[in-house]
Amino acid sequence: MAWNIEWRASLANLGTMVKYLSISMLVPLFVAVVYSEDIWVFLLSIAITAAAGFALEQLEKEPDLGPSEALLLVSLAWTTASIFGAIPFLLGGLGTESTIGLSLESGSAAVSSIVNALFESTSGFTTTGATVLGEISLERHSHALLLWRQLIQWLGGMGIIVLMIAILPELAVNGAQLMQSEAPGPDLQKLTPRIAETARALWLLYFGFTVLLVVILYGLHLAGFAPKMNLYNAVAHGFTTLPTGGFSPQADSIAAFSAAVQWAIIPFMVVAGTNFALFWHVLKGEAERLYQNSEFRAYTGLLAVFTAVLAAILFGGAAPVLEIGGPTEGLAENSLRHAAFQIGSLLNSTGYANANFAQWNQSAQIFLFFAMFVGGSAGSTGGGVKVVRWLVVLKAIRRELYTTAHPEVVEPVRLAGTVVSEDAIRGITAFTMLYLILFGVGAVFLGLDAGRAGFDLTVLEAASASLATLGNIGPGFGRLGPFGSYLFFPDSSKLLMTLFMWLGRLEIVPVLALFVTGVRDR
Amino acid sequence: MRILIVGAGEVGSSIAANLAKNHDVVVIETDEAVVEDLNFSLDVLAVQGDGTDLEVLEEADVRRADMVIAATDSDETNIVISGTAKTTADVFTIARVKRRRLLTTWEQSQGAFGVDFMVCTDLISAEAIFRTSEVPNAHDVDTFANGLIRMVELNIEVGSPIAGQRVADVDIAETLTFAGIFRDDELIVVTGDTTIEAGDKLVVIGSQEAVQDFAAETAVESPNGIDDVVIIGGSEVGYQTARLFEANGYHPRLIEQDRYRARELSELLTDTTVMESDGTDTEFLKRENVGDADVVIVCLESNEKNLLASLLARKIGAKRTLAIVETAEYADLFEEIGVNIAIDPRLETAEEIVRFTREGHTEKVVMLQHDRAEVLEVEIDDTSWVAGRELVDVVDELPDGVVIGAISRDGELLGPRGATVFEPGDHVVVFVDATVLDEIIHRF
Repeated sequence: MAWNIEWRASLANLGTMVKYLSISMLVPLFVAVVYSEDIWVFLLSIAITAAAGFALEQLEKEPDLGPSEALLLVSLAWTTASIFGAIPFLLGGLGTESTIGLSLESGSAAVSSIVNALFESTSGFTTTGATVLGEISLERHSHALLLWRQLIQWLGGMGIIVLMIAILPELAVNGAQLMQSEAPGPDLQKLTPRIAETARALWLLYFGFTVLLVVILYGLHLAGFAPKMNLYNAVAHGFTTLPTGGFSPQADSIAAFSAAVQWAIIPFMVVAGTNFALFWHVLKGEAERLYQNSEFRAYTGLLAVFTAVLAAILFGGAAPVLEIGGPTEGLAENSLRHAAFQIGSLLNSTGYANANFAQWNQSAQIFLFFAMFVGGSAGSTGGGVKVVRWLVVLKAIRRELYTTAHPEVVEPVRLAGTVVSEDAIRGITAFTMLYLILFGVGAVFLGLDAGRAGFDLTVLEAASASLATLGNIGPGFGRLGPFGSYLFFPDSSKLLMTLFMWLGRLEIVPVLALFVTGVRDR
Repeated sequence: MRILIVGAGEVGSSIAANLAKNHDVVVIETDEAVVEDLNFSLDVLAVQGDGTDLEVLEEADVRRADMVIAATDSDETNIVISGTAKTTADVFTIARVKRRRLLTTWEQSQGAFGVDFMVCTDLISAEAIFRTSEVPNAHDVDTFANGLIRMVELNIEVGSPIAGQRVADVDIAETLTFAGIFRDDELIVVTGDTTIEAGDKLVVIGSQEAVQDFAAETAVESPNGIDDVVIIGGSEVGYQTARLFEANGYHPRLIEQDRYRARELSELLTDTTVMESDGTDTEFLKRENVGDADVVIVCLESNEKNLLASLLARKIGAKRTLAIVETAEYADLFEEIGVNIAIDPRLETAEEIVRFTREGHTEKVVMLQHDRAEVLEVEIDDTSWVAGRELVDVVDELPDGVVIGAISRDGELLGPRGATVFEPGDHVVVFVDATVLDEIIHRF
């Protein structure tokens, strides 16, 4: 029993990824040039990242990936991207008040600042949207740095590995294995005979939707409906809507913008939580595939029901004193807009806010908390358990109850007429259980850690922090609300939440499977 | 006609027996013992060999044959035989298959594989079961002219409203015709004076609705159609039957003992409740209220099991039982003991195939009571002697035991009246006493 993975092959591929990551830093560099900001931060970051990438590539000239190596590559890809993605934060904040900038005042301050930067970067790549920035403003941070924060969410949304498969032909051989490990949801749908084409199709769709949103947002600005939605903001929010990210360069998130902008973003959040493969079929002229898909029907149905209930709660006066977002009691448009926006944002794990829902009353908050358990669809950019898993779990439970009364009945679990294999049901049940266990354990850990560090953490705060990071959602409740910050947690808690974001994005199993396959003889 | 039958399994040999009366039949079979047996038991020539082997086909003189019927147990073999025969000789090829998908493929690809006619035994049996279960008290149900015309052989039970009535007094729809009555072992030609008795099997022909209504009126426990259907045995016939019930909006229950087959069926059948159990486990049948079923269909793998399961179902209260009977001679026995209807898959298959051996324009053949009588669908063409003549004249010239049941013209049903004039293109459904069959068959 030894560690039998050809780790050099994985690391060499990882090097290629890091190399390409350095190229993506040209975008914020360009922004820095446009806004006449400091360009050295990104030049230096590019140099470090590119050098590291080239160095790693030298480990193996002709990397050959087996299934275990693929698992290792996928798992490491996300941590590595997060580490290198943190470099601009550290450098950019050096010597400033920024909470994610490198602090050299003392050893512990340096450690804390690195943990913060890593947390922020992981939150970005995993499209979580939880932040440890003390103050989000363009006065405190450069346009380039805040755009980098938006861009890494966009890169993480459709998947770093999927992007690599789309552009690197040598990865295509094991592409299916790689994509399976990374893609959200229980199984991988091949759209075309070649996996690289599937990856390209998904990225093109993703890119297309992003461009469309940017055009609409900027169009609203030009038409005078959105005074604050300038080109920078339009691009920045285009980058974080489609990946169900949730970062915003505005301190008060989407509440900073007009109602028209909020309405425009809602459908794109819904799209982000939908299986992108379905849009591919729609473009192929098979629009019926959309409504024939039981997950899509359940997803849109849930959105509608949750929105209606929340709108009713808000209309009844669940948000009495709101500084941001405006009152809702007795106001139909406001109630519906806030309900649709928050459900569209939290159910599928985006994490935007157009009102401070952490100030809503208990009934509205617990309802939102419940919605956060749902998650997006399989094959979407959303996090969480995923609608399809809940469907399967609920159907399996229903069958269990039925066969208790009729023990001889043999009944498969079906999704839109297609039989779900018993193996798949077992895997999905195990995943869902594991998710709930991790959520519980995480909440307990955060509570105990807060006690150790000597500060008060409410039960709802602890539970929502655990769920918001594991589900890649972002904001929680209480002080972790949409305009709050995770800054006050101790380093140990932040590291746990960083781990949770990573586990949640990779859907736990590949990471854990790595440790099991790693020690098994091949 | 010279007919070559490949494969003397249960289907092959029963077709051979059926055709041997009127045709020259050659049988190819791999099993030497069966070949030996056939040469003595039937008036056919049996040849030992593999039907996919061209030499064997030539030895059986395929070039002189008019028809090749490939009826081995393997679908692929039957298709290869048909294809080979088709390219070697100018023959009409019939292939028997088990898989329904193969039949669908053939239907959709316009005579693929060199097969002129494909017959799926299990599907045919399932269709017979489904048709018969839907009509109350029916002993046999068949449709003609693309479903426009229906024939039903009804069991007249004790207490039926028409038992003891004269035919002339029975109020029936205009589109309905009484074709004949089987009483004990006799065929009675129906006149206005004939009295219908309990125990009779009455053959009526007419429109779908007329037949269905009449069957419901004459039934003793006039059930308003059927709702609760239980199928015991997940054989291919059982599966196809369940599928047909599903396709017609029913939610049948299917009982299958084998674990893997039960799982497989549950995946294939979306609207059927599949249960993994022994269909002869009385305690289970009672617990699942199988006794409340309107109809219980038994498709297990042997006669004994079919009989036992049917009798058990009857005993716990099932209203009607249909069972597959693997041996033609047992069909009557089954029905005497208490199975309501015994369905013989071989007879159903033979009906499909036999029509191709008839000269003229026979579109369909249904055999009743071990071929005591037949119901035929005939297309009238320009050269037919009946074309342009009134029905009353035609009937005068026909021998006794021939009844014009219904006429379909341009997709419409005509109730046969004396003044009706036959036109080319009409489809006529005729009830024929088998003793005058040879006489009548050349007449249309």
